[in-house]
Amino acid sequence: MNGEQMLLEIKDLSIHYTTEDGVVKAVDGMNLEIAEGETLGLVGETGAGKTTTALGIMNLISTPPGKIVKGEVIFEGEDLLKKKAAELRKIRGNKISMIFQDPMTALNPVMTVGDQIIEVVKLHRKVSTKEAIKHTHDMLELVGIPGERYVDYPHQFSGGMKQRVVIAMALACDPSLLIADEPTTALDVTIQAQVLTLMKKLKDELNTSMIMITHDLGIVAEVCDKVAIMYAGNVVEYTNKENLYRTPKHPYTVGLFNSIPAPDVDEVRLKPIEGLMPDPTDLPSGCPFHPRCPKATPKCSQVVPENIEVQPGHFVKCLEYSEGGLY
Amino acid sequence: MHKYILRRLLYLIPVMFGVSLVVFTMMYFTPGDPARIMLGESAPAEAVEDLREELGLNDHFVIQYGNWLKDLIFNGDIGSSYRTRRPVSDEIIDRFPTTLRLAAAGVAVSVVVGVPIGIISATKQYSFLDNASMFTALLGVSMPNFWLAMLLIIQFSVNWDLLPSSGLDSPISYILPAITLGTSSAATIARMTRSSMLEVIRQDYIRTARAKGQVESVITNRHALKNALIPIITVIGLQFGALLGGAVLTESVFSIPGVGRLMVDSIGARDFPVVQGGVLFIAIAFSLINLLVDILYAFVDPRIKSQYK
Amino acid sequence: MSSANLKSQMVTDLHVATKKKKRSQWVAVWKRLKKNKAAMIGLVILVVLIVTAIFADVIAPYGYDDQVLQNRFQTPNSEHIFGTDAFGRDIFSRIVYGSRVSLQVGFIAVGIGAIAGGALGAIAGFYGNRLDNWIMRIMDVLLAIPGILLAISIVASLGQGLTNVMIAVGIGAIPGYARIVRASVLTVRDQEFVEAARAIGTSDFRIIMKHIIPNAMAPIIVQVTLGVANAILSAAALSFIGLGIQPPEPEWGAMLSEGRQYLRDFPHVTTFPGLAIMITIFGLNLLGDGLRDALDPRLRD
Repeated sequence: MNGEQMLLEIKDLSIHYTTEDGVVKAVDGMNLEIAEGETLGLVGETGAGKTTTALGIMNLISTPPGKIVKGEVIFEGEDLLKKKAAELRKIRGNKISMIFQDPMTALNPVMTVGDQIIEVVKLHRKVSTKEAIKHTHDMLELVGIPGERYVDYPHQFSGGMKQRVVIAMALACDPSLLIADEPTTALDVTIQAQVLTLMKKLKDELNTSMIMITHDLGIVAEVCDKVAIMYAGNVVEYTNKENLYRTPKHPYTVGLFNSIPAPDVDEVRLKPIEGLMPDPTDLPSGCPFHPRCPKATPKCSQVVPENIEVQPGHFVKCLEYSEGGLY
Repeated sequence: MHKYILRRLLYLIPVMFGVSLVVFTMMYFTPGDPARIMLGESAPAEAVEDLREELGLNDHFVIQYGNWLKDLIFNGDIGSSYRTRRPVSDEIIDRFPTTLRLAAAGVAVSVVVGVPIGIISATKQYSFLDNASMFTALLGVSMPNFWLAMLLIIQFSVNWDLLPSSGLDSPISYILPAITLGTSSAATIARMTRSSMLEVIRQDYIRTARAKGQVESVITNRHALKNALIPIITVIGLQFGALLGGAVLTESVFSIPGVGRLMVDSIGARDFPVVQGGVLFIAIAFSLINLLVDILYAFVDPRIKSQYK
Repeated sequence: MSSANLKSQMVTDLHVATKKKKRSQWVAVWKRLKKNKAAMIGLVILVVLIVTAIFADVIAPYGYDDQVLQNRFQTPNSEHIFGTDAFGRDIFSRIVYGSRVSLQVGFIAVGIGAIAGGALGAIAGFYGNRLDNWIMRIMDVLLAIPGILLAISIVASLGQGLTNVMIAVGIGAIPGYARIVRASVLTVRDQEFVEAARAIGTSDFRIIMKHIIPNAMAPIIVQVTLGVANAILSAAALSFIGLGIQPPEPEWGAMLSEGRQYLRDFPHVTTFPGLAIMITIFGLNLLGDGLRDALDPRLRD
């Protein structure tokens, strides 16, 4: 979108899940991109499709009941969705790594922490065991864990330390892209801050691109360069951090910011966004946000908004900014 | 680790006392006068009464139990067989190795057959293979093993004259009894392995392994299996107990000279000390095996191991 | 409305609403069960069995002890669809009457186990501490003796016959139910509504019966179904070794035992009882598995 070669481009991605109650359109015609060295925040409430998108990038969707219905995921110039299983395995853990939300269950309880990191190293690098052990040692030190602890089992670590181990494991092969799915949500607030600082430091040192999935706008402010707001399986606003915080355009984004209680103002009532997330088996027609939007008009229920660049580098999907307007 | 073993052994002792009390109570309330049985119907009443005094049969229940227990602990004596007059313990110890070997063969069959079927069923869930295996497993559990024994004998011994149908002399003679014993157990283990694997495969750390780029077969055999087998170890231990019980029937059908057949014959001959002695013996053996299994469990699961380091 | 009337109206409404919710819970379980074809087959088998047992007199063409020595060892034919045994008795009729024995043993033995075991488990879980310790130790003693052997031991000392077999198998089933109920009690015991019930003076017995047992129903139902299967197998095993149901009572295990000596020449004498046992147990297992899945869909696969 601005001439540079993007590290990752997601084009018109749709992922559906077939359940007893109907087809869930978890991700619906989604577009996204991230450049090298950039940190993109993917923001949305639970159920917006963030994790599904992340899993879709690496093609880790469980195929019954899920299915990648259409779209392209172009990484370093090649479409990942067209790759064979063996080729994908070479990319996972190696060029693209992913860390998940709950550190308590992310590690295999009957393998030592060291063995689990050594595993990913030996999968993607031709090194001797001794070298792999040394590298594991170094990676642990890098995330702030004493290197000798590589012989310990996961249950011997606290939640925050477990997540550091997961980070060490994800970065062990120096990936170009790290996808972090709410990495601090399950941790205490103080530990959250530590882990975030660590991630920022590593990102700078290793120049890794990162997709930070979160529902917390505070984390976005801390860590991200660009932000994409997701709603009902689609990106509704995409821009850099400054634009988003100063001039949010999409009514949903505005609603999100408004619903955060300001500590310095005496509020009598909180201002939540009216209504609830739509039923994913029965999405609204036209713009998926229209039932809850304070600015909605009849046209909003009929026409699906296109992606409009309202300022350089600032994209919104809302009829208010498109040709023809709201009426 | 030693503390753990010691603690479990210590716990075993009251349970064993309990078992001995249960067994003794059974014997005490068994109808019939042991003295009369030993001396025969036509023996004079005084002789019977003298024998009763001698054997302490007129003492209070608690005293009799105490004496019996004393004999058991210090002399390993649990009474004598009415038929052969030999000590019950001798009769049992003569035959126990045979039963043990049979049970071990049964366990081997059940693990070697059950575990792989369970794994394959789990990894190919809902496929034809899965459904067929689970159906067969259910049939295996539903068949009374003495009937299976008879069917096997009809087919392999009588019709085809391939395998021996009695005794445990040669290696081949183990085949039919081991299959009989092991089938129901194999089926149970297959079902448990399948559900354990299914549960493990759904865990987050399996997803992590995939996200690292690991090959599916390694994920199944290393990551998943190691976790799934841990609860199965306990099941195997319990199956051993079931097999020791099932041996009673299998030994009858195959005329194998083990403790089980001894007990069945003794039942027919109303030789109750042998019956109860056999029950006591097997209960102790079962408890010790379970203890071994628990220790093994602690070794295999690092979470438990570190608790007791 | 006055305040007191309003309150009692609310209590009644809550009561009705809770009852409705309970009923719809069971309806949901039944619907899930219906979808499971295997479980339905199991249910059909069980129903057929029960009907056979109840109407045995009507269904069986002959008495179970009608010996006609000229007709010994007939293979299946038009007069005796399963053939005859060593005494010329009609095997089909004996199997039909045998269903009565099997079902009796199954349900009564499980009944003993469930009630005694459930009571012990509830007491152990509810009162905790030393009572819990003692009861569970006793359960451990019972569990240390493998099932068949325990049954053999009890029947050997009590004597043979249907009643004693039921008692023996029932006692063996006690620890299983004790554990299940105790576990359920432990999960519910410390919740606040129990404290609240106590505070308004509800007796412990009522608390256990009204609040705690319903929680345990799901695993108990599954255990009962599988327990009946196990009881029938155990009874058959006991009869097979000569402890248990006495001739001429028709019991499938005893029929297998009688037919054993004629295995070589007249295998059909053992085939039908064996099949009867197997199909019954199979059906019960299917039903038990289906119930387990229907009662807690999370546990499926």
